[in-house]
Amino acid sequence: MRVPVNKIIPFSSVDGPGNRTAVFLQGCNFDCRYCHNPETRNVCIGCGECVEKCPAGALKLRDGQVVFAPPLCTGCDTCIHTCRHGCSPRIRNMTPEETMAEIRNQIPFIRGITVSGGECTLYPDFLTELFTLCRKEGLGTLIDSNGTLDFSKYPELMKVTDGVMLDVKAWSGDDHRKVTGVSGAMVQKNAVELAAAGKLCEVRTVVVPGLFDYEQTVRETAKLLKPYLGYGSIRYKLIRYRQIGVREQYAVYQSPGDEIMERLSNIVYSEGLRDVIVI
Amino acid sequence: MRDIEMSRVNATREQILETVKSPTLTHEQKLTTMTNLADSLLEVLELPEGLEELLNQPIDQQCICDLAEGHAPLRPRYIIPDYAKFMREGSKFLQLDPPQDLYEALNALQIFYRHVPSVTNFPVYVGALDELLEPFIDDVDEAQAKKLIKLFLTQMDRTILDSFSHANVGPKATKAGRIILEAEADLEHAVPNITMKYDENITPDEFALCGVNAALHSAKPSFANHAMFKGELGEDYVIASCYNGLKLGGGSYTLVRLILGNIAKRAENVEDFKKNQLPYVCRIMAEYMDERIRFEVEESGFFENNFLAKEGFIKRERFTAMFGMVGLAECVNILMEKEGKTGRFGHDKEADKLGVEIMEQIDAFNKQHVNPYCEITGGHFLLHAQVGIASDLNVSPGTRIPIGEEPEELLDHLRHCGNFHKYFPSGTGDIFPIDMTVHKNPEFVLDIIKGAFKENLRYLSFYSSDSDVIRITGYLVKRSEIEKLEKGENVLQDTTALGMGAKHNGKILERKIR
Repeated sequence: MRVPVNKIIPFSSVDGPGNRTAVFLQGCNFDCRYCHNPETRNVCIGCGECVEKCPAGALKLRDGQVVFAPPLCTGCDTCIHTCRHGCSPRIRNMTPEETMAEIRNQIPFIRGITVSGGECTLYPDFLTELFTLCRKEGLGTLIDSNGTLDFSKYPELMKVTDGVMLDVKAWSGDDHRKVTGVSGAMVQKNAVELAAAGKLCEVRTVVVPGLFDYEQTVRETAKLLKPYLGYGSIRYKLIRYRQIGVREQYAVYQSPGDEIMERLSNIVYSEGLRDVIVI
Repeated sequence: MRDIEMSRVNATREQILETVKSPTLTHEQKLTTMTNLADSLLEVLELPEGLEELLNQPIDQQCICDLAEGHAPLRPRYIIPDYAKFMREGSKFLQLDPPQDLYEALNALQIFYRHVPSVTNFPVYVGALDELLEPFIDDVDEAQAKKLIKLFLTQMDRTILDSFSHANVGPKATKAGRIILEAEADLEHAVPNITMKYDENITPDEFALCGVNAALHSAKPSFANHAMFKGELGEDYVIASCYNGLKLGGGSYTLVRLILGNIAKRAENVEDFKKNQLPYVCRIMAEYMDERIRFEVEESGFFENNFLAKEGFIKRERFTAMFGMVGLAECVNILMEKEGKTGRFGHDKEADKLGVEIMEQIDAFNKQHVNPYCEITGGHFLLHAQVGIASDLNVSPGTRIPIGEEPEELLDHLRHCGNFHKYFPSGTGDIFPIDMTVHKNPEFVLDIIKGAFKENLRYLSFYSSDSDVIRITGYLVKRSEIEKLEKGENVLQDTTALGMGAKHNGKILERKIR
């Protein structure tokens, strides 16, 4: 079994508690307007545009496929900016065992891993195998997800998963469609079921003034989760929208000011969730 | 005492007069400078033949450096009083009875600090403050205790005028330790430096995280691998000055350093370096240290007459000396070039292997050299990865990878450190500025400490990339104070000038942020 891996960050301080290796899988079923790594959304179609533009000669087109030579890459990201298909040519197709081999390098400095994306739950079987390997090494396992996979249908995966960090992009159906292009009904079902199972370690909302009703989203999400706090602590992470990395046509929104973030933080707190952070 | 030429006397007199008139030095700094200038006129040590040619040279050729200890050492360089004994018994000389409550304990320590000499004339060790204060901490309510401790720490910051002064906390969690760390996180002072002795099996996460939080606000504490130090020096070790592991109730007579890069310049190739140059310079340096120690012990009268020794707060038999080195990176790179190879220290297996071989050789030299007054450490000196001085140019501290050449991944950087930390019981350490977003995830830093100590790293320091207090090489300075000094204003602490030098010569503000 091989899945497209966009990149592996050996030490991450921003993908869950403690020091974790973060594995980013390629491909996403959402099309969020504010996506700050739009090159992780699709899988390469082999058009070859990036090959011509690569100043380091790290890309070649062979049999209709883009081949990437990591040692030549200077990390200038010209390929990502060139791609019109929401992809990166620097993708490696890896098995769970190959991925695990790269994670092992970081032992004993990490407490676990977080798999993110793209949307990593597009590959539930890969996650199950990788997490099973991690558990054998005593490493923690977190999923960073947009919440569209029906987790209740994957009990084997949940058995080896410590927790899920879930994006709640917007509350109302219309808003969710506006932000992501798809329905958010499954996200709310997952939020409740994961919380009840004590496996919802974090929810997060990216606050984008003018795009959706963030106040409603934050309030309703906090209300939804309050009954389940006894099953495990749930952190609410409020993330400021930032233009960095966002596609040009969507980079029209402004970052929310401190006052907005503080108001939202107070709303979450007053609804009973005591672990709120703003970044 | 040998005569010296009048021209040297007159040159020194000129320097003394310049010091008197200096617009930037404070009164205390003038006195210290003038004392050192007067001392430089003495010639009482029997110097080994060949030393002159290695010691008194321009900065790009000097192979041995004695770190301004002076010509007639009147006290050991680093003194580690047994403060617990003082708390138990008081001091006759200081006319103090054992303290009975928190007020008296803090007052007694402040008085004692004033009377602990060192190379800087300030105490380089101010005690295991958590253990010293814990018995008194419940004398008052917590808010009151914190207020008193903050006043005590502020008094230290404004009167111990250089940041080579070091307090210890841990490895056990204590209420006093937690209050000290919380107070330092609020105060953001440069003095004292603090080390948390950390052992995953003894130190609870909550206490360690209190330390990480303080470090992200005030660049301290640093974290010492307790199990490693304890294994080498015994339970009664302390961390003093920059990060020096020494015995409680003892200290270090002297610290002299090899400037390895300049020794490499003398060599024709790797073989010549290993066979001739390094052994020769090591031998001269050891003989020089032997002579400094002989003078301190046999002639200076310090151990017979100072109240610290008379009342048993220190014991001569608990002293050792520190055999220092800097610039392993430059040494390796120069030798690789002489061999016609391009690999660089920190990035190339062969270069790193050469670095390890050089350390093995220095370690072996030290283990066969015997000094009669270093009984406490088996008759040998302790190796020390010296952090550099302000005037160092193209000299990386100890075994550190040069700033600007750090490996892309922190993981690779830590693994590299793991090759070298084990050689230095009397201190080494690496410093990592951390991106401020980690304020939201202090466990990130703790995980790295836990992993690093499992991999036999000895000592780690972190500070937040946006912090005013920053770790220069081993000591702490405020960026805002450096800026004042750059504008020609007076500053309180001596180390600010050293920090300014290191900023310009050592690029310390350009470390890779993790």
